[in-house]
Amino acid sequence: MCKKSKCYLTVSLFIGLLCQLVAAPLLARDTGYLFVSSEKDHVVTVLDGKSYKKVMEIKTSERPRGLKFSPDNSLLYVGCGDGDSIDIIDIAKLKVVDQLDVGDDPERFDLSPDGRYLYVSNEDNGLLTVFDLEQKKTVAEVEVGEEPEGVMVSPDGRTVYVSSEVANMVHVVDVGTYKVKANVLVGNRPRRFALAADGKEVWVTSELAGNVSVIDTKDNRVIDEVNFEPKGFRPEDVTPVGLVMTRDGRIAYITLGSANHVAVVDVASRKVLDYVLVGRRPWGVTLSRDEKTLYVTNGKSDDLSIIDTGSLKVKRSVPVGRVPYTVVVDD
Amino acid sequence: MRYRFLFLFISACLWLVVGVSHAADKVVSIAYLELDDDPRYREKQMQARYPGQPWGRPYAGAEVALREARFAGSAVGVEFRLSHHSEADAEAATATIERLAEQGVKYFLLDLPGGAVAEIARRTRGRELLLFNLSALDDSLRQAECQAHLLHLAPSHSMLSDALAQFLVAHKWPEVLVLEGPNAEDAELLAAFQRSARRFGLKIEEVRPFVLGRNPRERSRNNVALLTAGADYDVVFVADANGEFARDVPYQIQKPRPVVGSAGLVPDWWHWAWERHGAPQLNGRFLKRAGRPMTGYDWSAWVGVKAVVESVARTEGGSFQKVRAYMLSDELIVDGFKGNRLGFRSWDHQLRQPLFLTTLNWVVARAPLEGFLHKINNLDTLGFDKRDSNCRF
Repeated sequence: MCKKSKCYLTVSLFIGLLCQLVAAPLLARDTGYLFVSSEKDHVVTVLDGKSYKKVMEIKTSERPRGLKFSPDNSLLYVGCGDGDSIDIIDIAKLKVVDQLDVGDDPERFDLSPDGRYLYVSNEDNGLLTVFDLEQKKTVAEVEVGEEPEGVMVSPDGRTVYVSSEVANMVHVVDVGTYKVKANVLVGNRPRRFALAADGKEVWVTSELAGNVSVIDTKDNRVIDEVNFEPKGFRPEDVTPVGLVMTRDGRIAYITLGSANHVAVVDVASRKVLDYVLVGRRPWGVTLSRDEKTLYVTNGKSDDLSIIDTGSLKVKRSVPVGRVPYTVVVDD
Repeated sequence: MRYRFLFLFISACLWLVVGVSHAADKVVSIAYLELDDDPRYREKQMQARYPGQPWGRPYAGAEVALREARFAGSAVGVEFRLSHHSEADAEAATATIERLAEQGVKYFLLDLPGGAVAEIARRTRGRELLLFNLSALDDSLRQAECQAHLLHLAPSHSMLSDALAQFLVAHKWPEVLVLEGPNAEDAELLAAFQRSARRFGLKIEEVRPFVLGRNPRERSRNNVALLTAGADYDVVFVADANGEFARDVPYQIQKPRPVVGSAGLVPDWWHWAWERHGAPQLNGRFLKRAGRPMTGYDWSAWVGVKAVVESVARTEGGSFQKVRAYMLSDELIVDGFKGNRLGFRSWDHQLRQPLFLTTLNWVVARAPLEGFLHKINNLDTLGFDKRDSNCRF
């Protein structure tokens, strides 16, 4: 890191401001940093990816939650619910360089595969906002059920999936016409998505029903359910929220909220292979690029669990800001 | 001529029947009934914003839930409708229910005092409809006066006092001095608390009656400092359904001890400051609609509509029998924004739900508190469990 910042300094000194702007994103690659949003501190905490020491805290608008990199990892988008803004962090500068007005209370969002459009759930207004990052303006609003939460764009960029916590539904939105193509009734309080089986399935966690609904993307209906029974917890303690899948689509990691565990699921058979005990109320979950490490944010113990996916053991537990929500890794 | 008239009349009737039954396939109506003059909603009482009491008529809660229902409704081809009826008394309310029932309305939200709820439930017994009790906390409605078609959305006094008792036990504050008001409702609060004290092992040191007023001859009963002197206690429990006396008790008592019950730490079933489980969004939607913060009474109205919508949606707009069976089954999951799955107890049709221990601007704890366990569902550590129930449908 030292090397990089020295180099950065040299470049800025010699070539000046113009080149600094050009060089910054190039040098931003693979910082190895972890970025964790803290709902109650209004900061994104930056941790070193090896030592897990805090590098710095980046001040954001109020209540930062969802985090997402631009396709080239040079920018980090931060959904700030109470600040009514999506802040943009420049990874090279490690500071907020822009704020986007994407409507009230943005929570989670996704980017189009080309990185041009942001699809944002506006939790307070029951809207999916489509924001053009080139023109810097909202180009469409789609009415969905109250408290939209998870947003996921299909890999071909033609469909957006939005979950509504109140309507217990997944809305399937057509990109282009911005019409709701289908409303799929799923388990109660649906939260977040992952794409499975080469895009043939959408998995969605349902916090209150305590399961994952598997939706067939061809005809938009629920074809299966994944259930969880971690030892020592009652069904009502199992409140799945976050999920992430390996790139080969074989394993899913699902955070179980009040049950304080991460479930490791074999995607094809829907069988739970193992449960990993983490901190209190785990929600956010992400994999390192080599998929050897799993990072989990624990909202009620204000820490981050770092899990070795080979042994399924928690290697470290690192304190971060108050009510950590999302973790992403720049590797 | 006469036959032709008869024919016309019959076809008109047929058309009407077909028309109505066709409409009923598409529309699910929920009727909301309240009293013109209900002492709980008198202007002065509401303006005082007593904790645990209504801060306005709860109808807006039902409206918020109705708006939330539009997607669930359209997915199963049902339009939910809400109608609002204000009645002179229980008799008039019964007549309205009977009239609406003939038009096909099956679901009735009752925002009425306990006596009126009991009377209406008796008079409509055996009919194909469901009554939802929004705001009457009387234990008797869940016990001797229970009815199979009467579902309770608000918790009972016993549920609320169990939540409080759990908190006192968890904090090791077992010794309680009770101040009891002169009204029948105060006696009900006290009876519920005495039951909770026995259940969870609190010790009621003494019960002292209070009166409102400044009459110096009655100072031993109207002066808080004197009322709370000469006894040893961890907390003071105030049983004051009206609230005017209770609000003066914290900081006026003789010892530096917490006040609980009708003032201080108050058990409640909703709070505008609740921050978890999506509550800020619901509180925001209600505030926008009603222009005031949301209370437990408003939550009841909201959750009643939610329970109907959820049951209709999961049975794909099924018949009343199907909806009713689903609603009363263990399959029902109502999302009350309090973290747990909510459903109705089979033995008294009370909605099981977490409760809050609240101050004026915060939720201090959520009951059941950690460590209070039940062999099936921890929520049944609040209120009448199956074995304590005297309810026979």
